[in-house]
Amino acid sequence: MLKFLLEKEFKQFFRNRFLPRLVVIFPFVALLIFPLVANFEIKNINLSIIDNDKSSYSQSLIQKIQSSGYFRITDVSETYDGALKNIEINEADIIIEIPNNFEKDLVNEKFARVMISANAVSGVKAGLGGSYLANILNDYSSVVREKWIDQSKNKISIPHLEIVPQFRFNPTLEYKIFMIPALMVMVLSMICGFLPALNIVGEKENGTIEQMNVTPVKKFTLILSKLIPYWIIGFVVLTICFGVARVVYGLIPVGSILTIYLCASVFVLAYSGFGLVISNYAKTVQQAMFMMFFFVMTFVFMSGLYTPVANMPEWAQLLSNYSPLKYIIQVLRLVYLKGSGITDLLIPFLALCGFALFFNSWAIYSYRKNS
Amino acid sequence: MKSITAENIKRNYGKVEALIDISFDVNKGEIFGIIGPDGAGKTTLFRILTTLLLPDSGSATVDGFDVIKDYKSIRKNVGYMPGRFSLYQDLTVEENLKIFASVFETTLEENYHIIKDIYQHIEPFNKRRAAALSGGMKQKLALCCALIHKPSVLFLDEPTTGIDPVSRKELWVMLKNLKQLGITILVSTPYMDEASLCDRIALIQKGKFLNIDSPKNIVEQFQKKMWGIKSKNMSKLLNDLRANPEVNTCYAFGETHHVTLLNEKFTIDNVKKYIENKGHNDVSITEIAPTIEDCFIELAKEK
Repeated sequence: MLKFLLEKEFKQFFRNRFLPRLVVIFPFVALLIFPLVANFEIKNINLSIIDNDKSSYSQSLIQKIQSSGYFRITDVSETYDGALKNIEINEADIIIEIPNNFEKDLVNEKFARVMISANAVSGVKAGLGGSYLANILNDYSSVVREKWIDQSKNKISIPHLEIVPQFRFNPTLEYKIFMIPALMVMVLSMICGFLPALNIVGEKENGTIEQMNVTPVKKFTLILSKLIPYWIIGFVVLTICFGVARVVYGLIPVGSILTIYLCASVFVLAYSGFGLVISNYAKTVQQAMFMMFFFVMTFVFMSGLYTPVANMPEWAQLLSNYSPLKYIIQVLRLVYLKGSGITDLLIPFLALCGFALFFNSWAIYSYRKNS
Repeated sequence: MKSITAENIKRNYGKVEALIDISFDVNKGEIFGIIGPDGAGKTTLFRILTTLLLPDSGSATVDGFDVIKDYKSIRKNVGYMPGRFSLYQDLTVEENLKIFASVFETTLEENYHIIKDIYQHIEPFNKRRAAALSGGMKQKLALCCALIHKPSVLFLDEPTTGIDPVSRKELWVMLKNLKQLGITILVSTPYMDEASLCDRIALIQKGKFLNIDSPKNIVEQFQKKMWGIKSKNMSKLLNDLRANPEVNTCYAFGETHHVTLLNEKFTIDNVKKYIENKGHNDVSITEIAPTIEDCFIELAKEK
């Protein structure tokens, strides 16, 4: 009986003009576009410069800023008010003002001030731009200092600390490498969570489920016939994701791909089960859609996809333990970047198994053939 | 053994009383009609008997099985055709049949003899998707799917609603043939003219049965004389007749108005005079035999 029901699900799926294409196109688009768009490296910050000093020191500072590659000098103003106007009409993001006696102060007093003001309407741009500028200024000051020490032929060296961070598992701190495994999870959860939920509710709306309910089909069989197809689709989606990551970004998991498949298969089972639970409580496709959105959004923000879980307040950290996404993202990142094996991932793996068991039992329990 | 029994069934939806105290039984091999307007509670009753809905109180059995305790046995032995077409629109005729055969753990070949007469109408469109069938053909397909497992009781919820007159006639012929196979049929319809095709009928309104009997007996129980009245200006005639305090009921029925009088002292001749005084031309008055619909209106009025 299950065989026939599965055959039916697949026939319906492939006869749908839209769904099979979506399943193929969605992972491509997500992995090709999202990593490029959702990028925290900021370039082309529009900079407005007020150089009151016009000395050789101020000139070399401006050159240094220009050559950093992060900034585009869009305006050189005479006054601060003039520069502010540029911010108002959105032609500048950051103002740097070099004061009148910059060179004099620097030489005589060994101390000079520079003002940076940033337009914080776009918080990320202002924050990152400001800190890029601060870094350049720091750099500049140490260059100046070293020059003076050389000039004075004084052999007293000024002690300073040089910090050279080493980023393990992602040496260049490439944002994409970090995001892509997490994006795979996003794609997987969108397809494998939404489709089964909408499938059952769709049958409710069409009345077809009622006809099925008067038959001797067991709840378990019916739920299984809805679960298995999306499980298989999950594998297809994941494989496409692996392919894109490899071909486009040259990203190959350090660890075993089988570990990922194993954990992902449990995750898809858990997530489809969750979708089925929603579908059992929703009466219309609209209701199911909104319920899914609500939970998926919560799961995503609680999962550490964008912000590390450790940054969250304590209550949110506790709550994040109930997001199945958290564990699968952990698995994908660890296997992809660090090469962890299944023994290292026992906790997330067992957590996913727990979710799968919990949601699917709930789905079978809450499915009612009568009311 | 009775095929269907129901005792004091009640069901509310929130504050709305959908069924109030429904009791009836259906003999084996009978075509039993539930006749009533939309919203009378027909579908609710069907859903309770097919174990899709639990009654608030009362008990019912289908084929000897209790609808609450033995619902699993009932699901194996009954066929249900909901009022709304609810087969898979994106599957073909043949695929739909196969799916329903398989969920009942049987095959198309095994019970082909039962559906043969009906299936022959749609067999040429075997490879067509259900969505692309005409209304009448969809209904035939749904009937085949409901019969594929050789049910002992067949529930048809408004099978003729939205179907052309030819298909309606065909469907009733099919039901008569199924009756020959010993299948009990419970059918609901809002069309009063179909009532006479049933062995027995129950008239239902606002969740209550008004009467249960054979169509013939129900018509015979009609006490009053029924008159068919015509004139040139039918809408004015309707208003004029209703304005007369001696007129009991007056309803527009196609070409004539069906009229009953309060008592026989005010004779039909008086009516004729009354109408002509109102300035109507070409007045014709004939005595007619009451229909089920007349009985329904009369019974509904009494309650």
